[in-house]
Amino acid sequence: MSVQEVEQGRLRSPFYPRQSELDRLNLWHEWKGFSSADGFFDTGLEYFSVRNSTGVFDISPMTKYRITGPDSLDFIDRLVTRDMQKIRPGRVAYAAWCDDQGQVIDDGTIFHLREGEYRLCSQERHMSWFRAAAIGMDVDIADETLDIAALAVQGPTSYSILRQLDIPGLDELKPFGLLHADFEGSELMVSRTGFTGDLGYEIWIETKQAVPLWDALFEAGRLYGIRAIGTAALDLARIEAGFIQAYSDFLPANATVRPGRSRSPLELGLDWLVDFKKPVFNGRRALAKEKRRGSTWRLVKLDIEGNKPAHHSYIYPAPSGQKEVGFITSAAWSPVCKQNIALGSVRTPHGKPGDRLWVEIYYQREMHWSRVMAEATVVEQPFWNPARRRATPPGPY
Amino acid sequence: MAERYDAIVVGAGHNGLVCAALLAKGGKKVLVLEANERVGGAAVTREFADGYSVSSCAHLLYQLQPQVEKDLGLKPALVASGLHTVALAKDGKHVRIVGNEVSGAGQDDADSYRRFHARMCRYADLLKTYVNQTPPRLGRDAPKGDMLTLARLGFDLRRLGRTEMREFLRLIGMNIYDEVVERFGSQLLRGAISLDAVTGTHLGPRSPNTILTYLYRLAGRHAELCQPAGGMGGIAEALAERARSFGAVIRTGMPVRRIVVENGRAAGVECENGDAFSSWLVVSNADPKTTIMKLVGTRHVETGFTHRIHHLRMRGNVAKLHLALDGLPSMSGVDKREYGDRFIIAPDENYVERAFNHAKYGETSASPVFEITFPSFRDTSLAPTGKHVMSAIVQYAPYALREGWSEKSKKAFIDTCMQVMADYLPDLAGRVTATELLTPADIESQFHVTGGHWHHGELALDAFLFTRPVGGAAQYAMPLDGLYLCGAGAHPGGGVSGAAGRNAARQILKREKSV
Amino acid sequence: MKTYDAIVVGAGHNGLTNAAYLAKSGLDVLCVEKNEYIGGASVSRNLYKDWIYSNCSYVCSLLRPEIYRDLDLARHGLQVTPYGGGTVFMENGDYLGNYPDHEVHYREYARFSKADADAYERYSADTMRQCRFIRDFLLRTPPDPTSFKPKDLKELAHLGARFFEMGEQRMYDTIRFWTMSVAEYLDEYFETDVIKAALSGSGIIGTALGIHSPGTAYVLLHHYMGEVDGNMGAWGYARGGMGAVANSLAGAFQSYGGELRTDAGVEQITVKGGKVTGVALSSGEEIRARIVVSAMDVKRTFLKCMDKNDLDEDFYHRVKHFKIRGSSGKLNIALDGMPTFPALPKDSPLLDGDMHFIDSMERMERAYDDWKAGTWSKDPYVDMVIPTVCDPTMAPPGKHFMSCFVQYCPAQIEGRDWTDEERDQFGQTVIDQISEYSPDFKDLILHVEGRTPKEIDNEAGLTEGNIFHGELTMDQLLFNRPIPGYAQYRGPVGGLYMCGSSTHPGGGVMAAPGCNAAREILADLKRPDITPVNFGDD
Repeated sequence: MSVQEVEQGRLRSPFYPRQSELDRLNLWHEWKGFSSADGFFDTGLEYFSVRNSTGVFDISPMTKYRITGPDSLDFIDRLVTRDMQKIRPGRVAYAAWCDDQGQVIDDGTIFHLREGEYRLCSQERHMSWFRAAAIGMDVDIADETLDIAALAVQGPTSYSILRQLDIPGLDELKPFGLLHADFEGSELMVSRTGFTGDLGYEIWIETKQAVPLWDALFEAGRLYGIRAIGTAALDLARIEAGFIQAYSDFLPANATVRPGRSRSPLELGLDWLVDFKKPVFNGRRALAKEKRRGSTWRLVKLDIEGNKPAHHSYIYPAPSGQKEVGFITSAAWSPVCKQNIALGSVRTPHGKPGDRLWVEIYYQREMHWSRVMAEATVVEQPFWNPARRRATPPGPY
Repeated sequence: MAERYDAIVVGAGHNGLVCAALLAKGGKKVLVLEANERVGGAAVTREFADGYSVSSCAHLLYQLQPQVEKDLGLKPALVASGLHTVALAKDGKHVRIVGNEVSGAGQDDADSYRRFHARMCRYADLLKTYVNQTPPRLGRDAPKGDMLTLARLGFDLRRLGRTEMREFLRLIGMNIYDEVVERFGSQLLRGAISLDAVTGTHLGPRSPNTILTYLYRLAGRHAELCQPAGGMGGIAEALAERARSFGAVIRTGMPVRRIVVENGRAAGVECENGDAFSSWLVVSNADPKTTIMKLVGTRHVETGFTHRIHHLRMRGNVAKLHLALDGLPSMSGVDKREYGDRFIIAPDENYVERAFNHAKYGETSASPVFEITFPSFRDTSLAPTGKHVMSAIVQYAPYALREGWSEKSKKAFIDTCMQVMADYLPDLAGRVTATELLTPADIESQFHVTGGHWHHGELALDAFLFTRPVGGAAQYAMPLDGLYLCGAGAHPGGGVSGAAGRNAARQILKREKSV
Repeated sequence: MKTYDAIVVGAGHNGLTNAAYLAKSGLDVLCVEKNEYIGGASVSRNLYKDWIYSNCSYVCSLLRPEIYRDLDLARHGLQVTPYGGGTVFMENGDYLGNYPDHEVHYREYARFSKADADAYERYSADTMRQCRFIRDFLLRTPPDPTSFKPKDLKELAHLGARFFEMGEQRMYDTIRFWTMSVAEYLDEYFETDVIKAALSGSGIIGTALGIHSPGTAYVLLHHYMGEVDGNMGAWGYARGGMGAVANSLAGAFQSYGGELRTDAGVEQITVKGGKVTGVALSSGEEIRARIVVSAMDVKRTFLKCMDKNDLDEDFYHRVKHFKIRGSSGKLNIALDGMPTFPALPKDSPLLDGDMHFIDSMERMERAYDDWKAGTWSKDPYVDMVIPTVCDPTMAPPGKHFMSCFVQYCPAQIEGRDWTDEERDQFGQTVIDQISEYSPDFKDLILHVEGRTPKEIDNEAGLTEGNIFHGELTMDQLLFNRPIPGYAQYRGPVGGLYMCGSSTHPGGGVMAAPGCNAAREILADLKRPDITPVNFGDD
């Protein structure tokens, strides 16, 4: 018996042949075993394509599970905190799932592809946990990460670009809707979802059709400012949209070692995803208790004075800088909002909307480090949330 | 509209009956549903051959907690108590044990045993306090009383005195093997103690934890061996009588199909025959796996809990061999008057360990260990006049037999047993008129215990007190409102002790009062 | 006649660590060693031509970094280089690789089971949580739970607090972890037999327990709690062999003015009026000291080197029954070249790692059954490394040194001593097992040193050849180690201390017992505590 050794290097995305042609920076990082581009030509300008025209981000390395079987709905409904009975076929739900202690393991999107057939898409891998959740249920969970290639097509002209591909039903596709279409004999799934908080879509296809799809997409987008973008641009956009990310703003509960390092959905501003009307879901008993007693942490969106991004800053209740009450998890200068923005984790009772807090910012100019205490206001709404994101049909922009 | 009760107890095993009786005594309207035609669960006497009856599982009473007797006003009818243990030697030079006395093993061992027994009883008495109460919870959410319980445990340990406390802390995680080798010269004595430490478990004497199992056996009554009148079923009937006297309704032949869950809480049960009963309190005497996986359904509980229950170790290893005999078999060196005692075939500690080796690989022991009684010797109701029954606990016969349990594999194991016993009971085979072997698979199917495990789940330090059956659900209340466990799968574990049933009932009544 | 402040008996890593701290504190310290070389079981020996053998311990991870730094061992010549990877060869021709790269590791496990590949993360996190918990206690003296002394109460409270802060469910997990078997622990994560077999090895190395014996999950921890430069659980090679550890400690000791004597075996620790007076060497020479610290295991110390009449009867009884069981042997092999392993692709990174040849839980456990029956495993668990793959100093260029740790191997064969023929047969068992997977291996062998517990006992002075100076079972851990009531490094006689691996936190080239014992000695002498504190980690 001769055994093929597993791939020793980084895996290449199915879109790599085209990405490599566009790549000018040669900046790649590792994402779940894949090489993923930090950027292609200029991370700053790539960001503006998302807000101004269209940026295309390769989400193929995302972990994707196909969940089928008679108990698929029961399985998912118990797994996640929100009510999945309400998610009809053709709809997508953003959801979080917890352990029994009500601590978030991960968040992700669940696509109700067809009656009883789901795709769950997340940053981390969860086969072990899902298997445990499937004990006693008639459900099949298949990892289709390597079988499905996907692109996030995000930005104001994304609708105009996809229209060129003649996708029936695209005009009527509402946010968090999905549709199936044909692409050169393969099934193309289009969902109106994304991680940028702007008008945008994600398109999904079997791996072997990845390059033809890319070509068709970029051909369609030629006149609409289509650009390949990397992680740097996407990260900026997602902070503006107020989206949290595993390993930045929270840690998967089952991977934390130290006590108190995990977070509940209530502590991550995901209250709206927790449906206590459901009689049972993982974490319900613990979360109900937390709801009664109050949470320890609160996720805050901060509008910070000045223009120095508050990377890794401590958060204080007063400018004196004594006794920190939390820390920044994601920070950026928002080019589109012209705001110094951040996400952070703050101990309750601090961090209510409208609260004033202070962040300790260290920044460096020509090898000289400075420290400022900047006032920060807790805001409730995402920093960036344009009307075009929701318009159906979307305008041409 | 389903009939409504204050509490429904699923399963009339001895723990279920104790729990039902105490709930009824506490003023609850209680219904007990038993799948089999007779009450008692595994504590039952059955006729296995025409005119021959025997306790189907455990056949001696030695753990029934005095508190249970007291609370229920129970006076078990015994045909004998203070039975001796005879550790059989092939040459007839047996070792006999009763209480703290050993004979036949030399003066050194007799002295050593007296000290050993006194020490073990001292520790067992400490354990007894905690066997007879709900285990405390740990952590911030634990009730204040639980912290006091923990503090008292610390205090009780210290009260043993410095030397004894140290010895306790050393021994509690240890194996019986090292202890018997250190203390005793007699191989028969070592073998007998080893056997008592491993009966009903998936452990060998060399396995750490077997001191705990030995202590557990002593907790309560110092393992004084008694033979109940009419077999173990007599105890069950007496418990059922007590339960009925407090007003509990017991219905047999009523297997429960499922525990009904409404809006995230237990709401009643549904029987196989379609009958449904409502109650906001469902107490399961079934093992935790059966309760959660089968009766409740995993979709009604959370995943972490399910995962823990799923991984409960329930590999039964005990088979029960019942022989109908046309007369008592001869045993060299055993006086006719002694046939009412308990006989052990476990010639030394390594023999027991070797017997265990096979169980690890899904094989039956090539040379099994035996605990043999002739219950008809003292209780003539169990066999026709002049005839006798032999009841033997045989280990190890693993539930997950690699080749699977079939008539063929059962026959092979019976042959093995007869062959081993022939060395001690040479004319046994000629006296056998009927044979019944209950393997763990039979015990599972006939008594509805997953894996045929006597303790409803391995009894070990990692599944004791705070963590039995699983951490966070050790206080009898399951993480489904209205559902409780009262069987051996809950703290403290198996054996005909009634402790789990009593503790569960007390906990339920206490919680109900506080709600 | 000169009276030393302290004599440390045994120049193994713990004895030297202890001696170094005592000397550093300003005491006049003599360290005596029975062999003509130092190191005890952390030793490099030149036993064949230009080859250097790490002929006892062979890899390094547990050595406390606090001590490494504090005693300036780098400057005294110690260099530990991490190695990565490992292989379990399977009977069906396949293999399971343990790749240092996280994602490659995932892919390899996923080849067998995606759930297992994913479960590995949870397994790592859960195991690391236990490592964090235990690491805090490595450089602390175990409290006496029966004592009311403020110091003990404080330490007990600390233990309680560290436990309590984990949170409810983690506390239950911890109780279970410390008491369950490694097989059951792994069952809760993995479904693939070879993956469980690969991970279970750490649960039995050095112990006379099988993977199904309760308590072995803790033993796994004992092999995971080390680190190389902050990488928890990583293992490395000491450049120049494990003797480099002892040599650097000796260098540190001598730099503080300590005196080291080899070829100076202790016949007797002398006692007068309930107080030690010094040692008597086997040469007949007597050396006086106010303090005697024994780095030998407790059985050697009290049963062989002390007069029974100087000891309390109960104490003597407990020492006599202290469990120190030979369960492993070694094969040290000089190789003419690098053996090939056809199952692995050419130039596989796995060739740099450790290799194992048991691919199922049943084979692991059956290996233990042989030990119980009083013989060596006929299908043993072998932990094989070739340190010369990354250490150029141990063999001539192109040649290699191979270290095979072999389990199980009893101290006696069916109750009697090993014969030389049996030792050779034992070695052949191992060579045959490896040859199954490496056809050219036998032809490359230049020299074999077979070491059963008998040789390890005789040469390194480990009773029964037990590498941990005593079983790591619950009854011999923490405040129970070595003996309840004597877990704080003080012996039963005034001025007598224990600093070997028989004491908390136990065996492995950790140096923590030596350091902890020094702290207690200095406290008794009312001298400032100069031993390092845990680096800490929040």
